[in-house]
Amino acid sequence: MTGTIEVRKPGLSTTVQDGGRPGYYHLGIPPSGGLDQYSLAAANLLVGNDPGAAALEIVYLGPELLFTAPATVAVAGATMQPRVNGEDRPLWESFDVAEGDVLDFGYLTAGARAYLAVGGGVDVPEVLGSRSTYGLGGLGGFSGRPLAEGDVLPLGGGTGRAGLVVPDDLRRSMSKDVEVRVVMGLYDHRLTDKGRATFLDTTWQLTPVADRIGFRYTGAELETVDREPPFGAGQDPSNIVDAPYPIGSIQVPGGVEPIVLHRDAVSGGGYMMVATVVSCDLDVVAQSAPRTRTRFVEVDLDGALAARAEQRDRARRLREALG
Amino acid sequence: MSTAVQDARYSWGGDEFVFVELAEEMSLQANFRAMAITSRLRDERPDGIVDICPANASYQVHYDPDVLEPRALLDHLRDLERAVGDALDVSLPSRVLDIPVLYRDPWTTETLMKFRDRHQDPDSTDIEYAARINGYTDVDDFIAAHSGSPWFTSMVGFVAGLPFKYQMVPRDRQIVVPKYLRPRTDTPKQTVGYGGCFSCIYSVRGAGGYQMFGITPAPIYDPTQSLPDFTDFLVLFRPGDIVKFTPIDRDQYDQAVADVEAGTFHVTAHDVDFALEPFLADPDGYNARLLEVLG
Repeated sequence: MTGTIEVRKPGLSTTVQDGGRPGYYHLGIPPSGGLDQYSLAAANLLVGNDPGAAALEIVYLGPELLFTAPATVAVAGATMQPRVNGEDRPLWESFDVAEGDVLDFGYLTAGARAYLAVGGGVDVPEVLGSRSTYGLGGLGGFSGRPLAEGDVLPLGGGTGRAGLVVPDDLRRSMSKDVEVRVVMGLYDHRLTDKGRATFLDTTWQLTPVADRIGFRYTGAELETVDREPPFGAGQDPSNIVDAPYPIGSIQVPGGVEPIVLHRDAVSGGGYMMVATVVSCDLDVVAQSAPRTRTRFVEVDLDGALAARAEQRDRARRLREALG
Repeated sequence: MSTAVQDARYSWGGDEFVFVELAEEMSLQANFRAMAITSRLRDERPDGIVDICPANASYQVHYDPDVLEPRALLDHLRDLERAVGDALDVSLPSRVLDIPVLYRDPWTTETLMKFRDRHQDPDSTDIEYAARINGYTDVDDFIAAHSGSPWFTSMVGFVAGLPFKYQMVPRDRQIVVPKYLRPRTDTPKQTVGYGGCFSCIYSVRGAGGYQMFGITPAPIYDPTQSLPDFTDFLVLFRPGDIVKFTPIDRDQYDQAVADVEAGTFHVTAHDVDFALEPFLADPDGYNARLLEVLG
């Protein structure tokens, strides 16, 4: 029989997320999905789900959840101690919960986002092919919003088993000092050589403005090239005629406080973007908590494709280890 | 209106995006070239394309590099750029939509009064300020200009279903208004806004930096797809849609809202073809013919 999860406390911002909703960005609907796709996949594979099945993304502070039926669950990603009826359970490892059990979480000690997968997945309705929550548009997930006290989440029927473990070398490591690989480009010609060097040489610090839409960093001011504003662009040197924003693109309004757009990105706008985070390193950004020291490291397209291939290989080894 | 076109600028957006800027400055021609190139690519739909996003004077393609070799894609986009050329001989299917607007409505007025400290001219309303800096002696004349000619939907996005609209008049008659000095934290849903040379309609309530002129009772985004205009899809506008803003009064607004609530409200929309060359040759005459479908 399939059960439900009753939300006794919602946590800070807990949302249903899956592999994402690609294909509608041209109408302003971003891909959404788990910000750390690797940890989402690990949690799902631990409970016998497809890697992109719908799970709960938990940010900074965990929820308190009552299970109305037995289930196999797993938590991967940020270090946030899972507890069943107050007793510790392991991270990166599947375990069982019984009817009436309460799952909650200890304090966050590393990373930013934990993924709770349940065997059979969270069975909210699919919208445009995905169960992911897109909060700005009130779309998908549970009523298009983060969970609230009293919500009842339907679960799919699952066949997971307890005791599966992600090997140590396949767990995502969490750090307060990270390097994020980027491909320079887009409007980086709006920066002087000095501005470009400042961007790559600065150790940026993540501000508290870090959510599913974007991550804002502080650390330096980037020098821009003087110009006559083109018609329709706006007066500030960082303004452009409103253009599409790639997922992972880094915009620098006013030349200060770069913003990395993530999977709930605004799809376009009028600020120069100077680089784009390599897709697999968006997972690294996702696990950055405020104050994380961040270096943007330049790679070319081939370097980005090599990073992508490496991540794909890691995902394959993860599937083999848990298959 | 010059028709000489410069070469597009291509850039990688990480490992999954190609970004293409057709022109640094905004023009209907740059937008129409983006539409023409992206509509050809959409018709072809090569394997590995995730999303094709036309924008004001640029576009981007989201692709899967495990399926579609990036440099082969880029070469193909250059071929499409050459094939479309200046787009003067291109005609694309479009629609003309009639969007009713209550200008100077109570809700955007209440909101804008809360954010005077972020505005260029704290002693005026947004529309008074826009009218003055564009040389209109009073707001009624400004409304007549804003609603007098049609608008080309040059991009859909920012947030779900939000249309950017470019005024279909020669540049010397275009309205230009700066955005707020600092963005507001609130904008009512379906606000008709203005920033730079673009009008927009906010599809959801939220932050915003565009000047606020009025509000439309017409829903433009319906995530639950319960309203009649949204049975096919949850977003009303498509890039390339042509829009006529029609001023309405408060009684008409209230009636439209009642119709929306009763589930009987429809936006009037007609299929048309839009061609660049005849428009550029005679914008006012072409617009008048376009709008005849609205009766």
